[in-house]
Order: sequence, then C-alpha cells, then structure tokens
Amino acid sequence: MHNRLVAAVFVAGAVVAAAGAAQARDQINIVGSSTVYPFATVVAETFGRGSDFKTPKIESTGSGGGMKLFCAGLGTDHPDITNASRRMKSSELEKCRENGVMDVVEIKIGYDGIVVANANAAPEVQLTLRHLFLALAKQVPEGNQEGGQLVDNPNQMWSDVDPSLPNVAIEVLGPPPTSGTRDAFNELAIEGGCKTFPGLKAIKKEDKNRYKAICRGIREDGAYIEAGENDNLIVQKLAENPNAFGVFGFSFLDQNRDAVKGASIDGVAPEFENIATRAYPVSRPLYFYVKKAHVDVIPGIREYIGAFTSDDAWGDEGYLTDRGLIPLPTDERAQFGDNAVNLTPLESL
Amino acid sequence: MTSTALSTISSQAAANRLLLRRKRAERRFQLYGILAISAAVGFLIVFLASIVSRGYMGFVQTEVQLTVNFDAELIEAGSYRTILRTSLAELFPDAGSSRAERRALAGMVSAGTVFVLRETVEADPAIAGTVQDVWVLASDPVDQFYKGRIDAALPEGERPISDASLARIAALEEAGRIALRFNRSFFSRGDSRNPEEAGILGAIVGSALALLVTLVVSFPIGVMTAVYLEAFAPRNRITRLIEININNLAAVPSIVFGLLGLAVFLNVFGLPRSAPVSGGLVLSLMTLPTIIISSRAAIRAVPPSFAEAAMGLGASRVQAIFHHVLPVAAPGTLTGAIIGMAQALGETAPLLMMGMVAFVVEVPGGFTDPSTVLPAQVYLWADSPERGFAEKTAAAIIVLLGFLLVMNGLAVYLRRKFEKQW
Repeated sequence: MHNRLVAAVFVAGAVVAAAGAAQARDQINIVGSSTVYPFATVVAETFGRGSDFKTPKIESTGSGGGMKLFCAGLGTDHPDITNASRRMKSSELEKCRENGVMDVVEIKIGYDGIVVANANAAPEVQLTLRHLFLALAKQVPEGNQEGGQLVDNPNQMWSDVDPSLPNVAIEVLGPPPTSGTRDAFNELAIEGGCKTFPGLKAIKKEDKNRYKAICRGIREDGAYIEAGENDNLIVQKLAENPNAFGVFGFSFLDQNRDAVKGASIDGVAPEFENIATRAYPVSRPLYFYVKKAHVDVIPGIREYIGAFTSDDAWGDEGYLTDRGLIPLPTDERAQFGDNAVNLTPLESL
Repeated sequence: MTSTALSTISSQAAANRLLLRRKRAERRFQLYGILAISAAVGFLIVFLASIVSRGYMGFVQTEVQLTVNFDAELIEAGSYRTILRTSLAELFPDAGSSRAERRALAGMVSAGTVFVLRETVEADPAIAGTVQDVWVLASDPVDQFYKGRIDAALPEGERPISDASLARIAALEEAGRIALRFNRSFFSRGDSRNPEEAGILGAIVGSALALLVTLVVSFPIGVMTAVYLEAFAPRNRITRLIEININNLAAVPSIVFGLLGLAVFLNVFGLPRSAPVSGGLVLSLMTLPTIIISSRAAIRAVPPSFAEAAMGLGASRVQAIFHHVLPVAAPGTLTGAIIGMAQALGETAPLLMMGMVAFVVEVPGGFTDPSTVLPAQVYLWADSPERGFAEKTAAAIIVLLGFLLVMNGLAVYLRRKFEKQW
C-alpha cells in the first residue's frame, strides 16, 4: 500500500511536470530589481487591463538575482525581461551569451534619486558629499584633512565632521549591503566624497582594490545602522528620532513629506527637477533588459515594451512620474525609445 | 532528657524555618510564572492592538459618486478617458482646463477608474447613451485624508494632498458624494499597484491551492511513514538512522527546502515557476517531518492491547492497525497535519526561491497558474511606497491571522470530536 501510494504520487508529479513543460506560456515573466519593481508593476497592470494580453508576472529578486535568472538560458522556463537598478555588467552579458542568450536589448527608463533625510521636526542641514564620506566611511584621513594618515573613522558627532553641522551623534539608517540602493549610495555618495581628497583619489591609479576598500567602505561601529530592505520602516524610525538620518529612494520621500525632509547635498535639494537635470549628485539610472529571442514567441512582449516606453508612461508627465520615477532627458528618451522599437541588441558593455 | 527536649525544640524551629522558606520559594516561583505569562499576554495584546488599529480601516474604502454620461459615440471610440474627464469637469466646474488642472482632477479618483467604466459598459452594454450615478474608488491621497491619516493643518508642501484637493473634498462632502464604504475589491481582486484597488483574493486562492497540494502530498505519505515506522519496521540501525534524520529535518531552516525545491522541482522536473503546484510540493517537504512526528506520537499513545486484542481474534496486522489503532490515533494525526498546514500557510522563505513572491494581478485559476501566497503579499505590500499600503498590509495580516485561528480552532474541534476514552 505504502509503495503503491508513493508511486502514485510520483506519477502524479511527473504528469503535472510534463503538462507544465509542454504548456506554452502566454504570460510575460519579469524578474529583477526591487527598485524598478514599483514602476514595472504599474506599467504591467496598466498594460494588462488596457489590452487583451495577460498581466505580466513580476518577481522582486534584486538586480543581481534577476540577471542570474535572466541569463540562465532561453525558453519558456526562463524569464523574458529583467529589471535592474544598475547597468548590466560585462561578466553578466558573457554569462548570458554562454547560455545562448545572444541578443539582449537594453532600455534605460529613467533615474532614481537617493536621498539623505531626517524628521521634519529636526533642523535642516546642508550636506556635501565630503560630509557624507567623513561621517560614514570606515577610514578617513586623520584630522579630516587632506594628507592625513588614514585612521578608523573617529568622528562621533556631525559637528566633528564640520562645525557648521549640528552637535548631535552620527546615526544613519540605511539599506544593507545586499541592496542595490546601498551599492549606488556607496558609489555615488561615499566615493564621491572620497574623491574630493586628491590624495585618496590618486590611490585609484596605484591600487584599484585598495581605493575601492577606502572609498566605498562603510563604517561598522554602529554609526551606520543597517535597517533592512524596508524603507517604510526607516521613515517611521526617523519620525520618532529627530537626531537620526535615513538613506532611501526618492519615491519614499515623495510619499512621506509630512514626516521627513531631504537634506540638500552639495547645495542641491533632492527635488524632482534637480534629479531630472542631474544637478542632484546622488542619482542612478534604472534599466530593463529584454531577451530578443523571446519577442514574438511569448505574446505581448513587444506591446509591453511599447507601453513602458510610451509618453503616457515614461514621458515628462507620464504616470510613472507620479510614482516617483525621474524621467530621462529628451535625447536619451529618443535614443532608448528607438532601441525599444527596433529592438537593437547590446553590442558589448 | 532535657538535652533531647532542647534538640527537639531547636529541630522543630529549624523545620519551621525550612517550611517557611519552602513556602516562600513556592510563592516566588508562582510569581515568576505569572510574570512570564503576563509578559507574553502583554506582548500579544500590543501586537494585536497595533495590527488591528492600523488594519481595520483597510476593510473600508473612500468612494466618490460621479455622474457619468455614457456617451454612445465615445464608447464606440473607446475614449473612456474622455468620458471620465467630462464627468470630473462637471463635478468640479471651478477647475480650469489646463493640463495640470486636468491631472489634478484625475488624481481625485483611482487610476483604475477608466478601466472600471469600461468594465461597467462591457457588463451591461445597454448603459450606453444613458447618464448614471456611479460610485468609484477615490485615489489613495484622498482616501488617506478622508480616513484622517493626513493632517490638513500641515503646510501644503509637506502633505501629499493639495489645498485645492482639500477644498474639492469639502465640496463633495457637502453634496453627499463622498463616503466610506465596505472595501469589496479587497476581497474580490488580485494585487494592484493602486492601494485603493489592491485585493487579497489572488493571494488567498494561491495559498489555498498550494496548501491543497501540500495536504494531498504530505498527509498520506506522512501518516503511512509513521504507521510503517511504528508498527511494521524492524528495530535496527537503519530505522534508527531514518528516525534521527526525520527529527533533524523538522529543525532544518525552511529556506533550505526552498533551495532544494528550486534544484529539484524547477530545474530537474521542469515544474512551472511561481505556480502553486511547485510551491505546494516544497511546503509538503517542509510539513512532512511535523506530520510524521506527531502521527508517530499519536500511534504510540494507543495502548498495545488494542492491536493485540484484534490480532487475538484473528485480524491480520494490517487489519489491526487500520481498523483499530489508526481510528483511535486519528485526532492526534489530524492535529499534527493541521498544525503543519498552519505552519506552511505562514511560510515565505522557501517560496521566495520558487518565485512566488511576485506581482500577480490575475486571480489564479489552477495549479500551474502564476500566483502568490498570503505572507508573500504582506511582504510585498509592506515595502510599497504608497501610503495606503500600510493599512492594506495590516488588513492582510488580520486575514492571515484569521485563517490561522480557524485552522488551529479546527484542530482543537477535531481532537475533541474524535477523541475516544478508554
């Protein structure tokens, strides 16, 4: 009885498997970045309701996880599109090609600003990239001066970093290292501040790894608190603690202006217009990548790309801007719009 | 004589002291127990209160009454956007016709209203050419303000709703065209990126389908394994090894089962990603040890005299087990299965690997359709920037807790109902 039952279960499993594999897919599969997820899902929903195609299924796997799934191969078992909050790496493109995914179409959809915010009740501060580096890097030059010996970050108060800043302890809540937001923050803010020291910038030519360790390393002594991937939680904690700062995406600032405000960086406030004109220094591009071989095999991919790159969606006044996406400048939009129509594959990276 | 009397008195005093100490120790121990329980109950109350106070508003939704002119020509042309724009302009005649003003007006109602109008016409084509009063969902900022979650006293730039919109809401209120109504779409729709339209039905159906697969696979295998190990297996090194392994499996972190499922069910068997069948199989792997262990305990608790008496009257071993031991052990096995199912219902980590933490709008119609599950839906909503998702998250948690309560209640009921005294 036992054996027969187990056999029956396995047969049932195999039948289901065969059915699943044989069934052609009529729904677009999308994976990738959790930063692009809120935008891609809005497009997918609008596309699904406004057309006869099924609403694409979107998984939030993170940029790196998405690339891995995307490049695993061709066929209905593999996703058709991956979202990314950074550009595809050349190693990832190679991996794709090794697995038979030869033609990948790259479409940049807009920008996302990363803001450093504090509670509305707290004083307004003017930060610079250099401030952020000195406050949050693992190692800083002694005395915060050019030419100083590198020492473990001794700055405990914001006023240690710069007398113009308030005399409160440095306490910054931000994303963990697995997050794309953290990568971008390290690269744009911390490294950006690091580069303002010519002595540190010079290390890049001598020893790239050492330069990265110095200029992208975040301190681990408790001043930077990894608050998990949930940005809503960071906003809540900021509202309760006026001395703390938080690092998160622009759309969360936009939705919570009654609780938190963004600090200006290098004299530029984190406003929609400033990020769009690229004047705000901490912003990053967002992308999605399409498997060209899947277009016209899985129904609706061409139309989905069309919906995403329509003026209604990614235009200056499109519905994606209501969700906090910063639109591309007109020339870039024209270029990637062409890509989307002609499905021009990436040559190399 | 005096010395013995003295020692009796002193030992009596010592005994009394000891007795007092022991009584004090007992009282102290009881106090610790009461403190521990009240701490646990306190945390539970705080947790439930915070969830309920945040979530109960998720079950109602602000709706706005529009007077819609279903113009036959516009319907023919599919210009539902124009139909909506016209009715909004009629409702707020003071608004200008600039693009920004039109956008602000459109922002009063849900972004899905255009589709709702189309669906209304598709459901009842006779409506074309008539003028109807239609209740539609308000947009998220309007809804949040109407529910008192946005402070109107703040300066305009610091709140997500403009002064003009506040004036319009006041006008609507005066005309009786805005009201809180039961949130039907929450229980009748799948996920949406508009918090006012987001529903939990897709996740409920996904969870139900996955749990059905789990039950069908793990319950028979688990009970049979338990029966075999308890009643038939020889006691030797191999069965002991199997036993130890089963007990160990019960403590393996669930993400490991997810990785196993990804490697075996998706990559080798080629089961569809994000589908209840694959998720259910992974959950059944996770539930098996729970069912086996509790079923074995239940079978062991049946006095051996039951089986012995049956066999003494000529029943075979199989007959004795299936006709006499298993029915008596049934309450215990069922309880184990239901608690295993309840565990599986609350599980997200292994399903992450199976692709079930996903944005799925359509309510799944079968075991191979893409779907998500209740806890995954909670996770996705908790991380969404729109304000309205905070209460939707809490409301989804209430629904999840409700299901868990029902399942655990069912376990208690079944145990009571089928429990036999001997």
